[in-house]
Amino acid sequence: MAANEEMTIDDLRRVLRDSAGEEEGVNLDGDIIDVEFAELGYDSIALLETGGYVERERGVSLDEESVTAAKTPRTFLAVVNDSLSNGSGP
Amino acid sequence: MNATAVVTGVGVTAPNGLGTDAYWAATLRGENGIDRLAHFDPSGYPVQLAGEVPGFDVKEHLPNRLIPATDRTTQLALTATAWALDDAHVVPAELSEFGMGVTTAASAGGFEFGQQQLEKMWSEGNQHVSAYQSIAWFYAVNTGQISIRHGMRGPSGVLVSEQAGGLDAVAQARRQIRKGSDLIVSGGVDGPFCSWSLISQWTSGRLTESSDPDHAYQPFDSAAAGHVPGEGGAILVVEGEQSARRRGVTDSYGEVAGYAATFDPRPGSEREPGLRRAIDTALAEARVSPADVDVVFADAAGDPGLDLVEATAIAEVFGPGAVPVTAPKTMTGRLYGGGAPLDLVAALLSIRDNIIPPTVNVVLAPRYEIDLVSGTPRNASVNTALVLARGQDGFNSAVLLRAT
Repeated sequence: MAANEEMTIDDLRRVLRDSAGEEEGVNLDGDIIDVEFAELGYDSIALLETGGYVERERGVSLDEESVTAAKTPRTFLAVVNDSLSNGSGP
Repeated sequence: MNATAVVTGVGVTAPNGLGTDAYWAATLRGENGIDRLAHFDPSGYPVQLAGEVPGFDVKEHLPNRLIPATDRTTQLALTATAWALDDAHVVPAELSEFGMGVTTAASAGGFEFGQQQLEKMWSEGNQHVSAYQSIAWFYAVNTGQISIRHGMRGPSGVLVSEQAGGLDAVAQARRQIRKGSDLIVSGGVDGPFCSWSLISQWTSGRLTESSDPDHAYQPFDSAAAGHVPGEGGAILVVEGEQSARRRGVTDSYGEVAGYAATFDPRPGSEREPGLRRAIDTALAEARVSPADVDVVFADAAGDPGLDLVEATAIAEVFGPGAVPVTAPKTMTGRLYGGGAPLDLVAALLSIRDNIIPPTVNVVLAPRYEIDLVSGTPRNASVNTALVLARGQDGFNSAVLLRAT
């Protein structure tokens, strides 16, 4: 996975598990792209932690407010991939 | 309205036992939980010994989501809380969320978590600091995480008065019960071991440099030369007697019948230290006379001056050698915010089992006119127990527990 490659839902699953852990009774491998993070067991701090992980891994800088405002994996991925395509470095 | 606050559940994580039963059995056996510090290599540090909670594998006790977000002390606190709620047969989802609160004692919060993040900041850069640092280091973290995990949204807080904090927290829990709360999760778990924390504690001048676990923390002994720091503590479910009865619970460990807190006069003052006044006031509040107290759990500072203040206060209130005194914390070290809650649990179990746990590794010096229960436990009818705790820089607290 190159740093500038688009982030996929599978990448996000891995990053969520590594940075914030996995809620009991939630299947992250299921169809989660439009499921709200709250339902998946992630709060705003978990998203900040996840955002920080992505920033370190991709060498990208994310807007903190956009990260914590992302309600679903789809919107979170959009925030990340916008930054990647705009090439906003750290 | 609840006039009476009772303890309906307890959970223990102690250096000489993980879980209430393991702790109590080890304590009655006189088993010392103090050993060479294992969290990190203490060579090169002045402090060599610690009371560390044995065999705690967080993955066995907590859900995966909570682990990256919490310091070890919070993990121990959450584990003790789950046990205490279980012990009290409390299912939080079945009760009113605003009727339940959390008030714990703390001295440091998640120090080790904080040290790790600071190390990442200066070695790798601020992008590497965990977002959980924002809450994990803070001394209110245990109260917050317990509240969130169990959906307890009633009156909550944290008491920071060093070793006295555990009694102050339980007294605050009782205050909230009297004001109308049904149940308050209280007590405290504390005492992180990282080099930063240990060095911070070292500045108190009260830590022993001994490297012999059996000759290190010896309150009321002529060899007393400071204390051993320890981690862990206990969580207690404090509940209104009526509230407990409403959910079908009539059994409890005992009532929090009396409490007082005093503050010492400024250093150099000729006035008497505040401990005796705390004892007198707690007994008066519970309407218990000194002759009716069956055992005193001492603060047992392990400092000759402070030990004398305590022995003198006890001898003045009760008469020389007139009440059994014990300090099972000689087996755990001093646990800061977790110390007094652990003593409260030991006192409640004394009431339950009619046995006084021993003080270990102490030969009572003749200048202390107290009846120290030493070496082996003592069978005795125990209906009331007084627990004393002092926090550095002048805090004195006393709680009187009574059988229900």
